[in-house]
Amino acid sequence: MSLLECRGIGKRFGGVQALSGVSFSIEGGEIFGLIGPNGAGKTTLFNVLTGIYVPDDGGFAFDGRPLEGMKAHQVAAAGIARTFQNIRLFANLSSLENVMIGRHAKTRAGVWGAILRNRRTLAEEEGIVRRSLQLLDFVGIRARANDAAGSLPYGDQRRLEIARALATEPKLLALDEPAAGMNATERIALGKLIQAIRASGVTVLLIEHDVRLVMNICDRVLVLDYGEKIAEGRPAEVQSDARVIEAYLGRPRAA
Amino acid sequence: MLLIAVTLAVLPFALAQVGTAWVRITNYAVLYILLALGLNIVVGFAGLLDLGYIAFYAVGAYTYALLASPQFGLHLPFWIILPIGALVAAFFGVILGAPTLKLRGDYLAIVTLGFGEIIRVFLNNLSRPVNITNGPQGIGGIDPFRVGEFSFAAPQSVLGLELSGPIKYYYLLLAMLLVIIVVNLRLQNSRIGRAWEAIREDEIAARASGIDTTRIKLLAFAMGATFGGVAGGMFSAIQSFISPESFVLVESVMVLSMVVLGGMGNIWGVILGALLLSFVPEILRWTVEPAQMALFGRMLIEPEVIRMLLFGLALVLVMLFRPAGLLPSAVRQRELTERHG
Repeated sequence: MSLLECRGIGKRFGGVQALSGVSFSIEGGEIFGLIGPNGAGKTTLFNVLTGIYVPDDGGFAFDGRPLEGMKAHQVAAAGIARTFQNIRLFANLSSLENVMIGRHAKTRAGVWGAILRNRRTLAEEEGIVRRSLQLLDFVGIRARANDAAGSLPYGDQRRLEIARALATEPKLLALDEPAAGMNATERIALGKLIQAIRASGVTVLLIEHDVRLVMNICDRVLVLDYGEKIAEGRPAEVQSDARVIEAYLGRPRAA
Repeated sequence: MLLIAVTLAVLPFALAQVGTAWVRITNYAVLYILLALGLNIVVGFAGLLDLGYIAFYAVGAYTYALLASPQFGLHLPFWIILPIGALVAAFFGVILGAPTLKLRGDYLAIVTLGFGEIIRVFLNNLSRPVNITNGPQGIGGIDPFRVGEFSFAAPQSVLGLELSGPIKYYYLLLAMLLVIIVVNLRLQNSRIGRAWEAIREDEIAARASGIDTTRIKLLAFAMGATFGGVAGGMFSAIQSFISPESFVLVESVMVLSMVVLGGMGNIWGVILGALLLSFVPEILRWTVEPAQMALFGRMLIEPEVIRMLLFGLALVLVMLFRPAGLLPSAVRQRELTERHG
């Protein structure tokens, strides 16, 4: 069974059909790329999958459970974590606190636990800190644990967002243009990090403009154009697909 | 630490030498600290601007008054009523929170302001057709805190020490304050406290991180209201008389000013703000008049006018030079001084 299965997802904004009839599935353990020209509907699809928008048509099942119409925090709790195209960190909190907040759905202490500070709460808090530091270590910014998130260099902010998303223990990690604004060296390091995430057992959905990154690390790629799926398959197949070339470069002039 | 403890312990006796009025003033200051700490949860921790906070104080005060006064002939003991008052206030907190979940900033402020006024207007008019609140005349003869024969209102001599009513209440309030400070510190530094901070910083990111923002916001309103309700109950008992006049908009603004002036989000800052705004006006009241008499031989400016002038000036100065408050929280400091991205 596929990890994520989408059937005919459609989304309209007023008169604009942002998505129409998009169907695809993501298998557990793969790195799945989502590409397409600007305005193709990539981020809209992303927002549908993560509970920010409710789809007008179709639906999707994650891990065998229908998820459409769920709220964002329920989607996160169900195992889809995401990052944002324009980084959304808790900029004034420390890096460590950012990741600790990601542990929210996986921990339980409530008001009484907080006030009484019983043994269970203390143990839970200790676990939260330990796991969060591990994740900071994993993405390579452990040394910045106590710095304000907003003061980190751009590339590290991206990494911190990934660590916060991983803190929710997702089965599927959805990355919205993680390489945007990165230089070549940072992109290579990011590619390695994404592969390490997959190696740790998390499936990855990647929206990316950087074609080289997508071609290098994705197992399969879905191409959107004007809200419709125009191709799906292995990177090499997609790259030579006539419709994809047309979408990116335009129709070859009839000679 | 020990020094502070000793100072706080002997303070009422020292004040009583100056005048019992000062012990009362101190008690009201502590009540304001309780209120400011409650509002700090909503405004400082969760970032939800609430301009009607005094409504919860009113709910707590009236709950106490109705259950322990000749109004209905009920005289329940305070240790039953205070929790009831806290619960009723928390319930009203949720009632205010639920319809305003989608609002932020100015919009939320306007709705909460309206809510505060609605509660006051209700209290003012719930005397007909069935007399519940006794309308603008208020409720009098409210029971003091009493445990068996021990009443907090009556003077008493213990081990040769004369303990007046206000002094006894002072110790009770102080104990209550300590508990509430500990509760606040622990809440702030917990899973719930972090969730509040997350909502304040970025609600969408908070949701994506698995936080049920609806629940966590309602929880902030309910917790803030609970503290307001408890403070209201104590106010009722100490005053022994309450009327809707005690719960006007200016009071909400005053409590909010304490939070903002002291340093939103920082418990010690909020306490400082509440102390300053409660004591300075009183000190002025006692010094402005004699000073003018000495200087000019007559009263030129009413103390009340000077008080509001200085109050306004102080707020303007703080906003100009210390926008995050006198004792800002580290997080707020960053928010207001650094530019990100």
